[in-house]
Amino acid sequence: MGMDRREFIRIAGLSTLLGLGGKGAFELLAPGRVEAEIIPAPRSMKAKRWALVINQKKLDDATAQKCAAACHRVHNVPDFINPPDDKLKLNPGVANRYEIKWLWTAHFHNAFPGDAPPHLAEKVEHMSFLVLCNHCANPPCVRVCPTKATFQREDGIVMMDMHRCIGCRFCMAGCPYGSRSFNWMDPRPYVKEQYPGYPTREIGVVEKCTFCDERLAQGLQPACVEASRGAMVFGDLEDEKSQVREYLRKYFTIRRKAHLGTNPQVYYIV
Amino acid sequence: MLEKALVGTKRYYGLLAILAGLFALGFLFYLKQLNVGLGITGMGRDVSWGLYISQFTYLVGVAASAVMVVLPYYLHNYKAFGRVTILGEFLAVAAVSMCVTFVLVDMGRPDRVFNVFKYPTPGSVMFWDIIVLNGYLVLNILIGWNVLECERHSIAPPKWVKFLSYVSIPWAVSIHTVTAFLYAGLPGRGYWLTAILAPRFLSSAFAAGPALLILLCLLVRKYSKFDPGKEQIQTLAKIVTYATLINVFFFFCEVFTVFYSQLPDHMAHFQYLFVGLDGKGQLVPLMWFSIVGMTLAALFLVNPKLRKNESTLAALCGLVIITTWLDKGLGLMTGGFVPNPMEQVVEYWPTMPEAIISLGVWAMGFLILTILYKIAVSIKEEIKS
Ligand code: SF4
Ligand code: SF4
Ligand code: SF4
Repeated sequence: MGMDRREFIRIAGLSTLLGLGGKGAFELLAPGRVEAEIIPAPRSMKAKRWALVINQKKLDDATAQKCAAACHRVHNVPDFINPPDDKLKLNPGVANRYEIKWLWTAHFHNAFPGDAPPHLAEKVEHMSFLVLCNHCANPPCVRVCPTKATFQREDGIVMMDMHRCIGCRFCMAGCPYGSRSFNWMDPRPYVKEQYPGYPTREIGVVEKCTFCDERLAQGLQPACVEASRGAMVFGDLEDEKSQVREYLRKYFTIRRKAHLGTNPQVYYIV
Repeated sequence: MLEKALVGTKRYYGLLAILAGLFALGFLFYLKQLNVGLGITGMGRDVSWGLYISQFTYLVGVAASAVMVVLPYYLHNYKAFGRVTILGEFLAVAAVSMCVTFVLVDMGRPDRVFNVFKYPTPGSVMFWDIIVLNGYLVLNILIGWNVLECERHSIAPPKWVKFLSYVSIPWAVSIHTVTAFLYAGLPGRGYWLTAILAPRFLSSAFAAGPALLILLCLLVRKYSKFDPGKEQIQTLAKIVTYATLINVFFFFCEVFTVFYSQLPDHMAHFQYLFVGLDGKGQLVPLMWFSIVGMTLAALFLVNPKLRKNESTLAALCGLVIITTWLDKGLGLMTGGFVPNPMEQVVEYWPTMPEAIISLGVWAMGFLILTILYKIAVSIKEEIKS
């Protein structure tokens, strides 16, 4: 939650009138918000609208898998297919149902259903497309959520509040990309190595890619972008000078199911 | 009037005990689900709603169908239905109670259910659905209870009750419309993305609900001294007939649009349900049984001889209930999620615990229904003697 200049001045002025001062005044008039303002490091990355360009031409299969692994590692995403302990092994059908996916690979005809021509270029046919939440500018998941546990930030990131989510899964029916996962089972035993920088989840809530909001706040690029050896570019769509805009000017890009009007913010160079 | 629920025959107590037992069994499994997670059901990341939400949808229809006895009585002054309105209203109360329970049972975090009111989100259809459902529950309890109380003392019901009865008519239509809107506005789900979904919901509701009511009337007549009436049952039978016909008609309207337009996103779901897709199609026989059975039931019901004979009528009503249940209580949900948004076919079949929990909720509903009907019938018997 932001506190703009006007509100800062209003509170500062009010507190002077009341003879208060310092942080105490803010605790009284806007409890808890000073901390919220202080925590983001000054070097945190900000944008009007975050967007991601994936250059599939530069992305080989191994790198794509590495990107997915990097994302899942720093977000404590459980692995039901290959659990850390053999005792936890599930039958494949069940494991597929429980699977949590933030970033994963898919063939062209699955990532872009209906868009494949009859004789798709062989290279494209065998390509591993990285798929994730598209952080749609017009997101149906946000529209349907009855608690605002899924919401859109001003910078375009479609966020999840896992402490508010009631687990109704309306957002999963609403997302036309299958980008959301539900915790059907306690995920913790299935997390290979707990990463201390990110919370683990409980049963009964929905989760998905958050464009690494926690890393942006520390001034870091998303984990997948870092692992992509330059195949992914992340930046501000509204900033003409950003690398994202440069790529969009230079290359022809496609988006997943753009005809649905969701206005996805993940662009693909094929 | 509650005292009427406490005294009854052995058979009455027996029925209550069986229903309570089933409810308790379901509850035990629900505790397990709370503990282990919704993973004990057959749902998954691809078919993320299953039996619970489809039962909810089906029962909203049953609840809404009370309007089929309330409307002729209040708007057209069709006196004969005065005898059965209470049965319709109490059926609605039981059905909505089941609906609300099914939604709760389906929630990943039922402990946070009040977040819906703490952070009201008018843009979400679910928010409105919760409001109209609970409103409908309150309406029917108030109306049913007061009308019965007045009948017992042979006085006319107060004006406000009559007013509420009028309100309940459009309200009934709204609950099933809003429920259809949960599905009909989602951009990526071709099976649901159709303007005919709400009309289809209503027509199947007005077929299945009164069909169930006919069966209940026949049971009430058999096991009590109160006779809901031959004429009443026959009028309900006509409603079932036309609603079933319209339901079949709406289904073919949808089939035409989908297959004449040849839009793949819309066809794939029908293909999965009726011929199978990618070699998978466990629902195919059930779906064919549903649509063929429903069509036959409608045609047989048109025949006055079969309709007027109460045994064939009962059998046809049973067929209508089963076929509409297969269509809406099973096919609707799975068909909407298969194939998934990435065009993969991942099938769904409920697990044993899931089925037992669902059965438990149905038992709870029928427990409420039995008690309410017992009260209503006792009062009616009392008036008669
Ligand atoms: S991809 Fe799905 S989850 Fe992500 S913003 Fe779009 S609709 Fe929501
Ligand atoms: S599951 Fe959670 S995030 Fe999704 S719609 Fe329900 S409350 Fe919102
Ligand atoms: S942006 Fe972050 S959260 Fe999203 S897929 Fe990449 S690494 Fe995962």
